[in-house]
Amino acid sequence: MSERTKAEVTLAVNGRSYRVRVEPRRTLADTLRDDCGLTGTHLGCEHGVCGACTILADGQPVRSCLMFAVQCEGMDLRTVEDLADGDRLHPIQEAFWENHGLQCGFCTPGFLMLAAGYLEQNPDPDDDELRAVLSSNLCRCTGYQNILKSVRQAAEVMRG
Amino acid sequence: MSYVGSSVKRIEDRPLLTGMARFAADLSLPGQLHMRVVRSPVAHGRLVKIDTSEALAMDGVEAVWTGDDVRDIPPIDFRMPWVEGLERFRQPILATDHVRYVGEPVAMVLAEDPYLAEDAAELVYAGIEELDPVVDPLAAEPAATETTIVEKAYGDLEGAFEDAPVVVEMELAVGRHTGVPMETRGAVAHYDPMRSVVEMFGAAKVPHHNRAAIASMLGLPLGAVVLREGHVGGGFGIRGELYPEDVLLCLAALRLGRPVRWVEDRREHMVAANHSRDQVHRIKAAVEFDGWIRGVIDEFWVDQGAYLRTHQVTVTELTTSMLPGPYVWPAYRSRGHVMLSNKTPCGTYRAPGRYESTFVRERLIDVIAHRLGLDPAKVRRRNLVRPERMPFKRGITALGTELTYDSGDYPGLLDRTLEYLDYERLTADLTRRRSGGELVGLGMGFFVEKSGLGPFDGVKVTVDEAGEVVVITGVASIGQGVETVLAQVCADTLGVGIESVRVRHGQTDDLAYGMGAFASRVTVMSGSATLIAARGVRRKALEVAASVLEADPHDLTIDRGRVFVRGSAGGPAITLGEVAQRLRPGLTGGDPGLTAEGWFTADHMVYPYGIHAAVVRVDPESGLVEVERLVVAYEVGKAVNPELVNGQIAGGAAQGIGGALLEDFAYDESGQPLAATFMDYLMPTIAEMPEVEVLLLEEAPSPLNPLGVKGAGEGGITAVGAAIANGVADALGRPEEVTRLPLGPERVRRIVTGVA
Repeated sequence: MSERTKAEVTLAVNGRSYRVRVEPRRTLADTLRDDCGLTGTHLGCEHGVCGACTILADGQPVRSCLMFAVQCEGMDLRTVEDLADGDRLHPIQEAFWENHGLQCGFCTPGFLMLAAGYLEQNPDPDDDELRAVLSSNLCRCTGYQNILKSVRQAAEVMRG
Repeated sequence: MSYVGSSVKRIEDRPLLTGMARFAADLSLPGQLHMRVVRSPVAHGRLVKIDTSEALAMDGVEAVWTGDDVRDIPPIDFRMPWVEGLERFRQPILATDHVRYVGEPVAMVLAEDPYLAEDAAELVYAGIEELDPVVDPLAAEPAATETTIVEKAYGDLEGAFEDAPVVVEMELAVGRHTGVPMETRGAVAHYDPMRSVVEMFGAAKVPHHNRAAIASMLGLPLGAVVLREGHVGGGFGIRGELYPEDVLLCLAALRLGRPVRWVEDRREHMVAANHSRDQVHRIKAAVEFDGWIRGVIDEFWVDQGAYLRTHQVTVTELTTSMLPGPYVWPAYRSRGHVMLSNKTPCGTYRAPGRYESTFVRERLIDVIAHRLGLDPAKVRRRNLVRPERMPFKRGITALGTELTYDSGDYPGLLDRTLEYLDYERLTADLTRRRSGGELVGLGMGFFVEKSGLGPFDGVKVTVDEAGEVVVITGVASIGQGVETVLAQVCADTLGVGIESVRVRHGQTDDLAYGMGAFASRVTVMSGSATLIAARGVRRKALEVAASVLEADPHDLTIDRGRVFVRGSAGGPAITLGEVAQRLRPGLTGGDPGLTAEGWFTADHMVYPYGIHAAVVRVDPESGLVEVERLVVAYEVGKAVNPELVNGQIAGGAAQGIGGALLEDFAYDESGQPLAATFMDYLMPTIAEMPEVEVLLLEEAPSPLNPLGVKGAGEGGITAVGAAIANGVADALGRPEEVTRLPLGPERVRRIVTGVA
């Protein structure tokens, strides 16, 4: 594919503006990782099942492997790199750390962003709701119970 | 000791939580090319011709290689060669004359951009004359190749079966599934002219072994290849073994003089990375009326797929040696046929040979109990190896070591588990629910695991002049918590705070030897080596401090990096950093530096053991099995970090549920895989998971290592299939008809409706 067929797109990611030239078929996930250098967003299946690539688009958790970069101009995009405030971890990150909510850590950014997006809109979920939401992503290491525990604790902390 | 035994928060988590980790696909090198592998679309055929001209004509395509371009590279050798004479079944890095499974690499494309490489790969035309595939190696036509038979036997079988009051025979099978880590494989290789080395980032599990294998395949000296492990997104047996793609990357980097990167996509992973399990057993037991098992004869077939990969016959070997599990079985023979088929080749997957054999053995026990009208728990107890017989020598070998259970109280664990379950009450409650129309049941599985495979591992501990500690280990980290566990052992032994310890692993130029992360061996082997190395550093530090403080080294102690006379923490002291300053070259008569290596060797494995119990409910309409409760009682000798052990168990249990109920690499009759995406290959989500109840026991420490530990990486999965299958049989009131995993809705419906 030649240069001419590339489109110029400006993406707003984590409060910063990235001007990138991408083919229309280039996924948002690849663009974030390779053009913006934000490799915290991981690709586990590239067909929308595993959720490792979950980011927030206008506050909603989305699969960045199922979106094209050219679709995302004007959206407010947030990735895992934006969660911590400098050295201070986000309560969800703290909770995952404290409750051993991760092992290999590959699915973790997706779970963190899924939980962040959900808890921002639903600050007081019960366990059934949390289970339903967390069932959208796959983890192969933890057996999920510590992920549930982590998100439960993060919700409490975030409610203050 | 203050860190060992406590649930210290992991020291490796921060980069993983903040998106700063470096997984294989996170590394890019300037000027890199992207590799795309062209894979066989058919299961079996003769390669007639590969047309690469269209792909080569594309702008930005640098090279396309076929088997002809790599004919000088030997096939991938066995890492664990248990049986001689099987070399002809090894896999070439690119197919040359025949293709033998869907997904087999037949060509590779190198291009400036990964999307472009994929486009070009689609233009590579592989002319293949199709041949009949072997999809079921037990079917008569076409005949499957039997590579070898692995047999283990002891005792008087003839005597056992002669006049046996009861003989129970069954056919039992475990389907094809595997580890499927969330991170697909990937790596980037380059040639570094400054150091004259080929360097590959993206190694895992066994970097030292793979370095030697790559060097040998490419005809390079060992020192000309460096492998680096970064963050690894899950191992489970399959990740990190040497695959064709690793060798192709290094070869391409060398030949083209440019960095070459490859990131596997999920579809590729499902057909290219090792599958596992896939066994059919025909087992026969000679039993007395009280449940005592006199002897067992087992014959089984392993569908190994198209080639013997690095593990060779490891899974078959482990199945034959571990099948007797916790029971005495005075006479025994197991014969495993290693069969080839036109499917993805197999390797190990968490609890290899034990998940399968535990399902077979524990299903057999329940059926024996049913035939004799006895409680299954009672039949188990009747046959368990008693504690007074420990260490228990089986009289056969496992992975080249004598199979001797090192320690344990099996009846004690059964008592503890039944007590925890409130067995009488639970079974009465389930009986009540069943009479109310629910299909609920309890199933148990008792197992012996193996861990701590030798022969060695080494660790180097160094304290710098600021008192910071580096632990360098020859093992690998695949996300299981290695860094934290080794730091705990080091911090306690040396007398420093854990925050001053960092752990480096998986770098082949750090340490001359390293065995790697498999067989639940890291805490046993590398943990012990860390203890030995840290003791060496401590001894050296105490000697230096003794001369400075004018005290006897035996009177000194170290706390939080300060050396002082025991009992007078406020008195004169010297820090480990200051000790290191006094050990600069020239200042000391001995070896410079506050550093020591520790090597731990082991001729025997250590054998943790446990029980899984599952309460299941079957929906008769859909055939769906719900796991209401899953209890794992597991004896690990000593838990260095109980939270991490619990995490290993819960994670293993989830994978066990996957293999028991969901995961199935099905193939159609032409050898086309029917589960090559996450839409078809179903893994447990949180919705399928009960809260795993862990009963972690530390009552039978291993006498074979200084920490007393037994490996904890696999016991979470071992008996899940067995326990769930027994639970389903109990729930359905069909004790003899549950004979095959996975118990997907279709299979369960067939049992419910009685349609064969």
